[in-house]
Amino acid sequence: MFIFTLRRFNLFFFTMLLLTILSFSLSFLFPGEQLVNLTGQINATPEQLAVLANEYQHQAGFITQYFNYVSHLFHGDMGYSMASHLPVATEIFNRLPATIELTSVALLVAMFVGIPIGFFAAIYHRKTPDNIILGVAMIGYSVPVFWLGILAILVFSIQLGWLPSAGQISLLFEIEHVTGLQLIDILLSDSPYKWQAFIDATRHLILPVIVVALAPATIFMRLARTAMLEVLETHYIKAAKAKGLTFWQIIYRHAMRNAFIKVIRDVGLQFANLVTIAMVTEVIFSWPGIGRWLIESIYQRDYTAIQGGLIVLSTFIFIVHIIIDFVYAALNPLAREPRHGA
Amino acid sequence: MSYSKFSYFLSLIAFSTLFGCDTNETLLLSEKSIIYCSEGAPESFNPQLVTSGTTIDATSNQLYNRLIEFDPNDNSIIPAIAKSWHVTRDGKMVTFYLRKDVNFHQTAYFIPTRALNADDVLFSFNRMLDPVNEYHEVSGGKYPFFQNAQLDDLIESVEKINDHTVRFKLSQPDSSFLANIGGNSAVILSKEYSEHLIELNAMQEIDMFPIGTGPFKFKQYSSGAFIRFEPHSKYWQEQSQLKQLVYDITPRDTGRLTKLLAGECDVIAYPIAHEKIKQHPGLALESVTSFNVGYFGFNTTKPPFDNPLVRKAISYAINKQAILETVYTGQADIANGLIPNSSWAYDDTIESQEYSISKAQSLLAQAGYPDGFVMDLWAMPVQRAYNPDAVTMAKLIQADLQKISIKVDIVSDYEWSTFLRKISEGEHQSVLLGWSADHPDPDNFFSTLLSCVSSVTGSNRTFWCNQDFDQLIQSALQTDNINSRKALYSKALKLINEEVPLIPIAHSKRYQARANSVNGKLLRSIGGIDFNGVTKN
Repeated sequence: MFIFTLRRFNLFFFTMLLLTILSFSLSFLFPGEQLVNLTGQINATPEQLAVLANEYQHQAGFITQYFNYVSHLFHGDMGYSMASHLPVATEIFNRLPATIELTSVALLVAMFVGIPIGFFAAIYHRKTPDNIILGVAMIGYSVPVFWLGILAILVFSIQLGWLPSAGQISLLFEIEHVTGLQLIDILLSDSPYKWQAFIDATRHLILPVIVVALAPATIFMRLARTAMLEVLETHYIKAAKAKGLTFWQIIYRHAMRNAFIKVIRDVGLQFANLVTIAMVTEVIFSWPGIGRWLIESIYQRDYTAIQGGLIVLSTFIFIVHIIIDFVYAALNPLAREPRHGA
Repeated sequence: MSYSKFSYFLSLIAFSTLFGCDTNETLLLSEKSIIYCSEGAPESFNPQLVTSGTTIDATSNQLYNRLIEFDPNDNSIIPAIAKSWHVTRDGKMVTFYLRKDVNFHQTAYFIPTRALNADDVLFSFNRMLDPVNEYHEVSGGKYPFFQNAQLDDLIESVEKINDHTVRFKLSQPDSSFLANIGGNSAVILSKEYSEHLIELNAMQEIDMFPIGTGPFKFKQYSSGAFIRFEPHSKYWQEQSQLKQLVYDITPRDTGRLTKLLAGECDVIAYPIAHEKIKQHPGLALESVTSFNVGYFGFNTTKPPFDNPLVRKAISYAINKQAILETVYTGQADIANGLIPNSSWAYDDTIESQEYSISKAQSLLAQAGYPDGFVMDLWAMPVQRAYNPDAVTMAKLIQADLQKISIKVDIVSDYEWSTFLRKISEGEHQSVLLGWSADHPDPDNFFSTLLSCVSSVTGSNRTFWCNQDFDQLIQSALQTDNINSRKALYSKALKLINEEVPLIPIAHSKRYQARANSVNGKLLRSIGGIDFNGVTKN
């Protein structure tokens, strides 16, 4: 387990190194003054710029400048947004929780829907249910997310009027920002309208979550199907059959758990894909998350925000990836230590 | 979660939703609050500083009161903070008697200790009028409405007679003075709050964290996202029944429509897809013709437009209907005369100008231009409600006049202030301009646009100076009898139609859509939206 952890941290370290180098070089590659791109101080006077140049050791070599930049990052200083003139760190801190909320709920939904359906398809391998599920999965995977989002709004918000089309919660509810995760903040708040707010926030969550979850869910379906098929081919399943266990006993006791582990391994990879989809979805549903903010920053040529957002979003994806790796390792002894198995 | 826990959770939700409606206390929050999807963010929370419609909508009627206001139904002047007023016979002194029960907002950032008195009125006007007032330069020192209406020249002084009486001394009598004092920008601020801010050394906050006397008080503003108001519990008129009023700033018109259809907004500004809204059983579309006019004006001092026959000929050749559909996309009324039909001076016997190429040609021949001529047409380079796209309008007019052999050169490449300066110097032959009234008195159209005085100092860009016309509008100002004023204005309108110094084209309409659960009058032809007295069921 120790080596496993060490490996992950090693990976984390080098990824972060590359990421910060990329982000740092972006400030040179973007048009305009590098120091201004890095700090976001577009209205600074020459005196202020001189102070900043000194602070960021602008005159020194690239290596020194880079380490200086990284030390600023470690202190939570990512410069100021060129558009809003607020610290980028504050802007991100205010928006990241909304994205975490959306993506984690969507990930859970995708897993809880996709994996059982995938197993189901594998059990009925090459029969009608399998074919239907594969077909639907193919369609779900191919539908462009922006089109799906707009279609969902058209049907459920405009035509039927069932669900809200924009935002995280109705503006009527004043929920104090504690953790930033809306649903948790609502439960923590002492508003007399707590339950109304909770229901309202849940209603706001439904459409974006479905849109974000659809494509990953179809991938989980296919992964789960393949994993289950592999497991059903193994010797221990054959042995179980030979022992005279019923088909459903085999599925429940042996096949499902082992297939599940194989799927978990890929969840981390799919998460990056899910966050990309979430960014587009946030724009469509005016979700106040970091993806929408980052896309707006690109429109506004807010270079400082782009660099900061890039680092935080990639780090977030990477951390989730590692957490899922650990979960996988906890579930699967084979991954932890080679001595457990073949 | 075990089964029993889950069912407990479900019943909790069911309980809170079902039994929640039982008493007024626990009625759903959304049932006693209104969300208004507005089209943009306000530039300031003080309408003294900005005249844009978006800012007026967010502030004027919600946060503040004025000394006198306009009746929403017939736009006559009614008492507000001033319970009565008196104008001396020579018209140079106006005395206002203030109500004693007007309270300022109590908010998280300011707690008033006294009710409104004369000091507050003095402070509010002196901030704009007096360059040495300590608040004059805060937020830039520009007060466009007051400066445009030349009130800084008109008002010589504002005096406090006693705690609840103030007197305005004017440099000359002006019958539109009261209408100006009732305008959106003449709001009353709190002097006590201003002193409080000086102590805190935070003077600029006066326009960002507003304190007024209006039916709603400011709660929260998230820049570019939303504004939250609460009802003012000590409002001197009937207190609003609402729990909250939220302005959801939604610049995209499709976004506003979607939010309305999905029930996220109760009222939306400037809706699109009018048919869709009309067909929807739960929604209502309403419109009000604004107090404005978009017009095609001639420089009557320059040939060939010094000849009324030429001007009349052109008025026959303009296809107003086509302009209405193309430029205003149908969201306007054709202007038959200078004033819109919501004004009491509107005369419905005056018919729309006939569109007839043959009549235009014969008049043109009569005037001595059978083969036409070349003219320039200046199209304003900015968008205004009364003319959303002057260049397109100019192109349509160019095509119209082509039919009677007049060649039109369009001039539109000047920047707005240069454009205004050049046409005030009379460089143009003809121009596409417009006018938004500051107050509902019809004189605001006649005197401002066509009187002899304004051809010299004001905004008469036709330079038309007709003694009969001036006589008519002067007499109309000297009488208080509304019927005789109406008769005089009616004559003036007919004179304009004969002489054609300008061709009124359209009065733009302001549209708004709301859910049927929202009751009460919201839209006003002047001064934007007003949520006072609006309820929800």
